[in-house]
Amino acid sequence: MKTLNDLNDGQIAKIGSYKRTQGVSRRLMELGLMPGVTVRFIKSAPLGDPIALDVGGRQLSLRREDAAQIIVQPV
Amino acid sequence: MPKLANNGVSSDRLRRVALIGNPNTGKSTLFNCLTGLRQKVGNYSGVTVQKKTGITLIGTERVEILDLPGTYSLAATSPDERVVVDALRGEVENLDRPDIVLCIVDATNLQRNLFLAFQIGQLGVPMVLALNYWDTAQKRNIAIDIEGLKEKLGIPIVPISASRAEGITELKDAVIQALDEKPKLISPTWPESIEEAISGVRSELPEPVSARIDDAALMRGIFESDEEIFKRAGASGLETQEALEISKKALFKGGLNPANAEAVLLYRHIKEHVEPCISARDSSRIAGSESIDSLLTHKVWGLIAFLALMYLVFQSVYSWAGPFMDLIDMGKSVVQDTVSNVLSGWPMIESLVADGIIEGVGAVVIFLPQIMILFFFISLLEDTGYMSRAAFLMDKLFSWCGLSGKSFVPLLSSYACAIPGVMATRTIQDSKARLVTILVAPFMSCSARLPVYVLMIGAFIEPRYGAAVAGAVLFLMHFVGLLVAMPFAYLMNKYILKTPPQPFLLELPSYQIPKVRDVMLKMYSQGKEFVVNAGTVIFAITIIIWALLYFPRTESVEIETREAFVSEIAAQNGWTEEFALASIHEDEAIVAALDHKVSSAFIEQSWMGRIGKTVQPVFAGAGFDWKITVGVIASFPAREVIISTLGIIYSLGGDVDEEAGDLREAMASQKWQSGPKAGMPIFTIPVVIALMVFFALCQQCGATLAVIAQETSWRWAALSFGFMTILAWLASIGINQVGSWF
Repeated sequence: MKTLNDLNDGQIAKIGSYKRTQGVSRRLMELGLMPGVTVRFIKSAPLGDPIALDVGGRQLSLRREDAAQIIVQPV
Repeated sequence: MPKLANNGVSSDRLRRVALIGNPNTGKSTLFNCLTGLRQKVGNYSGVTVQKKTGITLIGTERVEILDLPGTYSLAATSPDERVVVDALRGEVENLDRPDIVLCIVDATNLQRNLFLAFQIGQLGVPMVLALNYWDTAQKRNIAIDIEGLKEKLGIPIVPISASRAEGITELKDAVIQALDEKPKLISPTWPESIEEAISGVRSELPEPVSARIDDAALMRGIFESDEEIFKRAGASGLETQEALEISKKALFKGGLNPANAEAVLLYRHIKEHVEPCISARDSSRIAGSESIDSLLTHKVWGLIAFLALMYLVFQSVYSWAGPFMDLIDMGKSVVQDTVSNVLSGWPMIESLVADGIIEGVGAVVIFLPQIMILFFFISLLEDTGYMSRAAFLMDKLFSWCGLSGKSFVPLLSSYACAIPGVMATRTIQDSKARLVTILVAPFMSCSARLPVYVLMIGAFIEPRYGAAVAGAVLFLMHFVGLLVAMPFAYLMNKYILKTPPQPFLLELPSYQIPKVRDVMLKMYSQGKEFVVNAGTVIFAITIIIWALLYFPRTESVEIETREAFVSEIAAQNGWTEEFALASIHEDEAIVAALDHKVSSAFIEQSWMGRIGKTVQPVFAGAGFDWKITVGVIASFPAREVIISTLGIIYSLGGDVDEEAGDLREAMASQKWQSGPKAGMPIFTIPVVIALMVFFALCQQCGATLAVIAQETSWRWAALSFGFMTILAWLASIGINQVGSWF
């Protein structure tokens, strides 16, 4: 089971579901990280954390800790 | 008599428009475009959220614009978002409910931006929609069927390009029309389970409580599992829990997850009803930004570019402001001298005006160059989109102690001066992270501490251990505060604010060319606000300290000092006292020495001197005598004051600086007059270190306190003061005690 945290630079994946649904997930979903949405892992910051994603043409950055909550299906 | 405006509404209450939108939608640019210099900045009472209002002229009517904090959602997870909902519902103290909302959305990212618009629409506030970045959308062949969209949403929609001031007239017309017609956004048709949740909750709540919550508020309560809404209506904890339980069950029964029901339903609605009006989305915008980022957030080059930029920002505040500050200082001296000459017949008035009032004005104005230069760079960094990249690069260094990468620039600035540093925390949206950053900022070693370090190291460390050790000590002193600040931030977050885990979300907006007007307006408004709010307090503190150092001024002190001085000169030279009295006036150096002795005597018996002697036992553990104690206390309004105060106390006059040889000698020759250590030097190495660490950790800056109060509240300013002072006191005692064992 892969999470958003496990992707490599440039890899594209489809968001599946969230491991924990409380708290963190609402804010991420409001920003468009909805199940079914395709995202591209752009890169991680020079110090390894956080990561940058392409979500529907926008660059969003989140910490690896939060990214690890999101199960993805690489495409 | 209130005159009637052409709309027939009494003009003593302006009609009010709330401006709202996602971050990075060009909201500030639109706000500046509408209001220009007619802006007012303040705080919402009780929270550290900035409140901006302005006036715009539409036809002949003056309309008030309330610029709400940028937010992605109304779900209140932070005080900023709570303020947005409260302001829209008219539940903020001294703030009327807005007549309409002007919602600004990014035309190139309509889906996500409309999420917020639908949430606002659900509250029942009339709305006008401004589609910003219309030019960019067209360049990228994003075709939006505005007529179709108007039909789906039921509200006026105006395409604009705020940065080029295009579409503003049309937008103003739409706003004025909407103020009369009150068009409302057509809300999605909610599934039955939502209706069931609402009626279920209503039947669970006692009648009077239920009556106080309207359906719009109830829906927010259900979607967010927000207890606050129920509690405010007077529901007990138990009733709130049960109501939320019922709503969750109803949602589950309808196949919805209460944690994300709103996001799922709204995005489904947007997909079905809004997306058909948009065609051809391409992502060339992100491609452009990404190629810049391949350099600016690169593992090596990105960090180098970052360090170079930050060095530039730091230098600008630390050095470039110098000449302006010198100029202000010089101007102040000229005015002081002039006034002194004019008022020389009235010594008390002369001192009040020169050392109190003019000094106080100078103490405020002196900070303006640093504040305005820093905000020049901050505006550039923010408006280009680089600020988010800086946060992206630095986040890892700060995340462990509950801060984020956004704390970097404010903390770096605080190394020059905590005042612009604290004001720079406005770039941090999350208000708890902002509060913690504000509280740790004064720990950073600001430039006012440098003279103290230079004096102490130059007088005691360098002569004994050489230049290399002296340099190392000076370097280390700059990290003392940082070493304390990070764990402090960690503990603050964990135990005092008890911050629940928040996802760190950072949008990396597309790079943009900043607007000159936005940059200038930011510099102007920050400077103005500082002078008006913090400036008043700084001025008052300066006057109070002046009074403590001046009063009580009994003539007898001067006479006694003179007599003692004359007898001393007479005895030294074998003269009669009459001859000594006559001859000392011929030698300027002796006259100056006498004046310095008189000043020293005055300060000793002033209120400040008496406080110093009374308080001295408190600092005995740190090895400070009453003179150092007076210096320490007199420098609570501003650290650098210790140099001139010590100069006066050691009878060298107040014009000494930290490089002065005679001040160093005077300090080195100070010995205990009595007590167990009689005859021993006062300034031992442990005392010197203790004193430097005291200055490193103590909150000795009235201006910083005033700015903390301006940005948060006096409660937090008091906490900052109390905590830092006690910490500095304990540390100085600990260092002296431990150091004395060796």
